Order: sequence, then C-alpha cells, then structure tokens
Amino acid sequence: MDFLGFIIILVKVLVVFAATLLTVLLMIYSERRVSAFMQGRLGPNRVGPQGLLQPIADGIKFLMKEDIIPAGVDKPIFILAPAILLIPALMTFAVIPFGSDIILFGRQIPLQVADVNVGILYVLALTSIGVYGIVLAGWSSNNKYSLLGGLRSSAQLISYELAMGLAVVSIILLSGSLKLNDIVADQQGYFFSWNIFKQPLAFIIFLVAVYAETNRLPFDLSEAEQELVGGYHTEYSSMKFAMFFMAEYANMVTAAALTVTLFFGGWDFPLVNEASLGIWGVVLSVLSFVLKMGFFLFLFIWVRWTFPRFRYDQLMKLGWKVLLPLALFNIFITAGYLTVKSLA
Amino acid sequence: MGIVTKSYEPTFWDKLYFPALVKGLMVTLRYFFKRKVTIQYPDQKHIPPDGYRGLHRLNKYDDGRIRCVACEMCSAACPADCIEIVPGPAPWEEGKERYPVKFEIDLLTCIFCGFCEMACPEEAIELTEIYDFSDYSRDDLLIDRDGLLEIYELTKNQNYYSRTEESKTSET
Repeated sequence: MDFLGFIIILVKVLVVFAATLLTVLLMIYSERRVSAFMQGRLGPNRVGPQGLLQPIADGIKFLMKEDIIPAGVDKPIFILAPAILLIPALMTFAVIPFGSDIILFGRQIPLQVADVNVGILYVLALTSIGVYGIVLAGWSSNNKYSLLGGLRSSAQLISYELAMGLAVVSIILLSGSLKLNDIVADQQGYFFSWNIFKQPLAFIIFLVAVYAETNRLPFDLSEAEQELVGGYHTEYSSMKFAMFFMAEYANMVTAAALTVTLFFGGWDFPLVNEASLGIWGVVLSVLSFVLKMGFFLFLFIWVRWTFPRFRYDQLMKLGWKVLLPLALFNIFITAGYLTVKSLA
Repeated sequence: MGIVTKSYEPTFWDKLYFPALVKGLMVTLRYFFKRKVTIQYPDQKHIPPDGYRGLHRLNKYDDGRIRCVACEMCSAACPADCIEIVPGPAPWEEGKERYPVKFEIDLLTCIFCGFCEMACPEEAIELTEIYDFSDYSRDDLLIDRDGLLEIYELTKNQNYYSRTEESKTSET
C-alpha cells in the first residue's frame, strides 16, 4: 500500500470514529428530549442552544465523579468489562458502506472503512463479543442483581441471535454475497428493489431481534431497573458507567446503520443513479444514508417510550416459538423461490 | 366459587401484535407534537387559581388607614399559633380607635389554612397568591406589620404574577 492510500484510510477511520461518537452524543441528547416531548415535557434545554451541549456537560460530570471499585469485585475483569463492551460496539461500523464511491486524487475511494468479504459475519461476530462485556460485568461485580442482569443478557442473546442470523440469511440468499457492498448494490435502482419490499417478514424478524440485541426496550431485561436495581452496571460508577452508556448507544447506531444497509438500500436514493452525478451523487448518497439511519435511531427512542417491558418467559417464548420458526419458514420460501427461478 | 369466564377472546388481528403496536406508537407520536405542559419556572411563573392560599397581607382603607383593629380573633383562630399581635391606640382622628402596634406572623409555623382570613371581622388579614417567598434564615421568615402592609401594595390588583410578567416583557 502506498503512502496516499494509507493516509486515505486513516482519514476514513478518523471520520467514521468521530461521526459515530458524535451520533452517540446526539442520541443521548435526543433520547432525553424525545422522551420528554412524548410525555408532554420539554427536557433539557438550558445548556447551549436548545440544550444541545447537555451530553457534553453530562460527560464532564461523569469524568469528575469518583470512580468507586467495590471491595468484593473481581478487579481485572471488573475493569476490563466496559472496554469489552465498548470496543466492539465502535468497531462494527467499519464495514458499513455509508455512501457511493468518491473520486479523489485520481482514484476511486469507497466510502467504507474496510470492505471485508465476510462483512455481515463480521458484524454478527462483533455484536456477540459485546455481550461478553455485559456477562463479565455482571459476574465480576459480586452482586446478585448484576449477575441476574448478565444472566438474562446471555439467555436473551442465545434466543435472538439465531432468529436474527436466519433473517439475515434470507437477504444473503437474495444478494448471493456476504459483502455489505454487494448487498447494497443488489438493492440499487427502483424503489421496490429495496429488500424491505422483497423480504418484509425478514425485516420484521430482524427489527425485533435487533431491539433484543441492543438491550433496548421492550427487551431491556438485563438492566430492568425496576427489578434489578440497575442490572449489570449496578456497581459501576464514573467513566466506567459512562462507557456502558456509550456502548449501548453505539450499538444502537450500528444496529440502525445495519438495518438501513440490509433492508433499505443502504446509501441508495431511489430512482437516482448516484455514480452519474459526480460529487453531488456522493453527497446525495451520504445524505440519504444519514436520513434513513436517523429515522431508525428515532424509532429506537420512539419504541422505548411507548412499549412496556417483556416478561422473561414471554421473551423466551417469542424468540424460540415465534421468531425462529418464522425465520426458518422465510428462508424456506426464499430458497424455494430462487430454485424455481433458476430452473425456469 | 364463581366461574371465571373470559370476557374477551383475542382475534387474529390481536394475536398478530403489530397493528396494536403501531396504534401505540401513534399515541406517543401524537403527544410528541402536542403542546408541552412544562412551565419554565424562573422565566415563566405559574399563576395560581382564585382562592389560592399563599403569603399573608394586611389590608388598608383607600386613605391609607390599617383595617386591622387588633381584636386578635385571627390569632385565636390560628391552629398553628403563629400570629402575635400587640394592640395600641390608633394614631388617626376618625374611624377605628385600636390598631396593631405589632403584628407578626411566623411563616415557618403557619400552615396556610386560611382560618385567620375567615375569623377576621374587618376583612383585614387575607392570604394572597404569592407562593415563592423562600429565604435564607429563620429571622427573614418572620414577617412584621409593615412587611404585611407592603405585600398589600404589591398584590392589591390581584395580579402579582401576571404584572411582574408584563413588567419583564416591557423591559426587554
């Protein structure tokens, strides 16, 4: 790799990293604002214009707070757990294409940090690693509530990862590739070439599973504050707690981006050929990606402040008895359709 | 033992969940765009309804004489025993012969029941709409006769909060 290529990748990494963290901050702000709006309140509106600097104030507060490590904890794991959760959450965004190719310095640069040929597997693998952070945090805290939170999280992961993976399989069958770039390219063109119209059932299964995967309501059993005090992060304080917080929101950002990539054509703007528009095509594609992602991020908050939490057995029942058979049925139909099509 | 009968049998649409979920989402979305009920307190002030029992005042006649005749009916009626009155001869020529030399209310003891207002034969003591009169020391919350008369000047138009709001908007 030449020097310019190295610089370009470095810039892309920095931009994506900064953009993810910025979105996380915005999400923390909008979670509070949107929840307030839905409850007829105003929410934080004092720090900065419309309260936009509130998450920064919160961050400073977290940094200033005393970092308490309780006496009975398993120290190395206790310190490591937030990092295990946060790092994969930030790494996942690397394979997501967020715009059409840009031509700079006489070379074509894909707007994607790494075009891994097993892209979707990479995402699924990393989100699974993140759960270790939760389980280890619950275990090392030496607190029954934390342990219960971690336990619930692992049980939840097993029941939902499967349905989610199978929903993704039907998409992979359609695109014939694990590369996220190919999946986006497969959805180019007309409005109805988006996967949401081809695979509505897979979309619903994936969406439900994603909420369980990111530990958001209605599936936030691992941190059910009414039953478990705080769940796996009960014993954490200061910046360690903030890391859990950030990881939760970073996971949401990635999940929203993944939903857009898999089902809503990624950066595709319907009926427009981005490649023919030059630089404006790139701007349009990035903008359309951000808008779609914004909607799904809003949906995360919207759902959280609308639905009550599932009970533990209901969650298991939904995962194993409803979503899994549905996902298998969907794969069966998709595979059957593709076979018939190839024969005809 | 009664027989439990299910009053409602879920239909196919209910079992799908999603129509009901969308309905729920629409409810929260409607509230998202509704007018907010928050009153941003130090900037905007809540205007209490008529009959609100806030800070006390001592009423005056139009010519400036104090209505109170120091009959001590209010301090007798007071369940918290927070009113202290020392009567004296009135300094003015015509009208009532008695008036309070000292009229002190301990606002920390007062329970704002309004019995003093009801007991008063001269309609001299009244509870106003003022609710934000916190202070830094116990002594500052002992309000004396002149203080109570001052409150009358502030509230005689019955629009203490809306007036301060007006004066604020005219300043800016």
